[in-house]
Amino acid sequence: MLDFLMRRMLLMIPTLFIVSGISFFVIQAPPGDFVTAHVQRLEDRGQIVDREAIEAMRARYGLDQPAHVQYVRWIRSMFRGDLGMSFDWGAPVSRVIARRIPNSLIISLFSFLFVYAVAIPIGMLSATRQYSVADYFFTFVAFVGLGIPNFLFALVMLWVVYSMTGQVLIGLFSAEYVDAAWSWARFMDMLRHVWIPAIIVGTAGTAKIVRVMRASLLDELQKPYVMVARAKGLSRSHVNYKYPFRIAINPVVSTIGWTLPSLITGEMLVSLVLGLPTLAPIFLRALQMQDMYLAGGIVFVLTLLTLLGTLISDILLGWIDPRIRFSSM
Amino acid sequence: MSLQTTLRKINDFPADLIQRRRDKRRKRLIDEKGKQLLVASQWQLIRWKFARHKLAMASLFLLGIMYLAAIFAEFVSPYDPRSFREQYAMAPPQRIRFFDPHEGRFHLRPFVYSITRQLDPDTWQVTFEEDRTEKQFIRFFVRGSQYRLMNIPFLEGNLRLFGVEEGIISLLGNDTRGRDLFSRIVHGSRISLTVGLLGIAISFFVGVLIGGLSGYFGGLLDVIIQRVIEAIKAIPTIPLWMALSVALPIHWPLTRVYFFIVLILSIIGWTGVARVVRGKFLSLRTEDFVTAAELDGASTGRLIFRYMLPSFYSYVIARLTLEVPAMILGETALSFLGLGLQAPAISWGVMLKDAQHIRVLANAPWMLLPGLFVFIAILAFNFVGDGLRDAADPYSNI
Repeated sequence: MLDFLMRRMLLMIPTLFIVSGISFFVIQAPPGDFVTAHVQRLEDRGQIVDREAIEAMRARYGLDQPAHVQYVRWIRSMFRGDLGMSFDWGAPVSRVIARRIPNSLIISLFSFLFVYAVAIPIGMLSATRQYSVADYFFTFVAFVGLGIPNFLFALVMLWVVYSMTGQVLIGLFSAEYVDAAWSWARFMDMLRHVWIPAIIVGTAGTAKIVRVMRASLLDELQKPYVMVARAKGLSRSHVNYKYPFRIAINPVVSTIGWTLPSLITGEMLVSLVLGLPTLAPIFLRALQMQDMYLAGGIVFVLTLLTLLGTLISDILLGWIDPRIRFSSM
Repeated sequence: MSLQTTLRKINDFPADLIQRRRDKRRKRLIDEKGKQLLVASQWQLIRWKFARHKLAMASLFLLGIMYLAAIFAEFVSPYDPRSFREQYAMAPPQRIRFFDPHEGRFHLRPFVYSITRQLDPDTWQVTFEEDRTEKQFIRFFVRGSQYRLMNIPFLEGNLRLFGVEEGIISLLGNDTRGRDLFSRIVHGSRISLTVGLLGIAISFFVGVLIGGLSGYFGGLLDVIIQRVIEAIKAIPTIPLWMALSVALPIHWPLTRVYFFIVLILSIIGWTGVARVVRGKFLSLRTEDFVTAAELDGASTGRLIFRYMLPSFYSYVIARLTLEVPAMILGETALSFLGLGLQAPAISWGVMLKDAQHIRVLANAPWMLLPGLFVFIAILAFNFVGDGLRDAADPYSNI
């Protein structure tokens, strides 16, 4: 197991390296840089900026160097855990990200819990009572969940909440906690708000996993050993929970690998629609401002989270399935 | 009585029922088509199997209608999607009626009541009142404003599928500037529905090319390509798409922006195809029929295009259909955020962008309707993709 883990982690290093390259050059791609965007903004406000000041600014940020030099510098500082400076915020990227990332993570985590807590029982129900009213109902709901883009769902929720309560925003905190420091009370307040975005983010994933769970359990229920166990007199629920369910859960666990990125993606769109204080708004702003170290840093951190997600799903799979644990080490 | 049948009696396993039903169906199919089934080509088999998937067939039909409407958008929509009539701004959807309670008469020809704009003197709230005495019958194949079909110079005309003689007809309401939402949705489908198809076409070619290279030649090239694919797949899609689409200059003409958005959306799509193609190439290389062809002196190109590719590309296409929803969603999301196509362009995402303010939503909730069409299109593609995947899988039961 340890061997397997080590190999997996080592494989992540080249991947991360390529990701860093891709994200850097993607963010470099727009013509101009932060300074041109900044000067443009100043000139829009009617201020006159002299050329020397512009060049000085460029030199200070290291923007006068060619792209590959900037990249090498960025990578080198990353090994020291330094993601560079955010031009726009005038603060280290790591600090800007660290301030917002708990909100993003909490929403993603809650929608993750929601997805699996809802999808697994429903999938089991649909499979064990195939073609029943409940099965048709949940299959229908799952299809609706699959078809509705989550940012659209967020818009609809915004409208529903507004027309029912007259409140404009769902938000993450009550008014008195918005700017407060983290405390137990603030955390509890967040719990009261987080479920709406969490459910919105989780719907599509839930729908997909219900289908995976249903299909894999149906496959398993058809196998002869189930029939034999029933013939020997074991009760239906006993058989189901003891054997087919434990095998059918494997494909579901392996979905964790792609649920996490989709939850992170969904969380970004939903946060933008609902105006939640997560990473998403500062990412969008960083892109528009060409604040490239911040944008690149966010892409990098999100990718790291995704990779960790797949790693966790692999570990879980190895843990619950002895066949994987003992063979492909 | 054998043990099997006894067990069957004790257990009314649904799984068993399915098997029995499947056997019956298979028998019927062979009876109907007789020996046809044995000599049918691969495509015929796929078609037959697909036709049995009711939901997929219905979805395909629905998509067919939507694409037809997109092609003949100017004809289908009663108004020019860009013409605005301020006096009808935010007019709600009209109800189409056959029965007039005022007259107590039933009309075979559908009609709508005329609407007039009212301004509440106290609150300045704009409302629309139906004038129950004034009916506007819906006429079909009417002469409307001049248009040019798909902007092709010699396809000018003014024939519209339906319209009214006086007043307005707004099936799905009007937006904040009094533009007809139905006309805009129909025109918007041109962009929103083609993005996915063009996207999978690009993904297919790039994926087959790179996956083929990787699988056929192997070695260091394979290792590098696989690492790159892994890295691209690890980056969450929306942030990557956002970062890429910001790079598109604002002053670009619409068609170029459209094309680049499609390219951006395909950046993720091809990786999946390349993986599948590589896997297939690796396993096919040791198959007997490939070895036989190779010993027969077939060139590399012939080996790939004549023998290896045909054995799995139906599967790849089917799988790609399932990627279309993600691409439609991507375009909609990007345009919605203001990063994709911009205002003079009409797409469902651009239209939804107008609906994102709560003030607008509260007064004109019908502006969310483009979202309904996104929903329908995504669901339909999901069903068609499911059906195609099942049909193209040579190992599934007939």
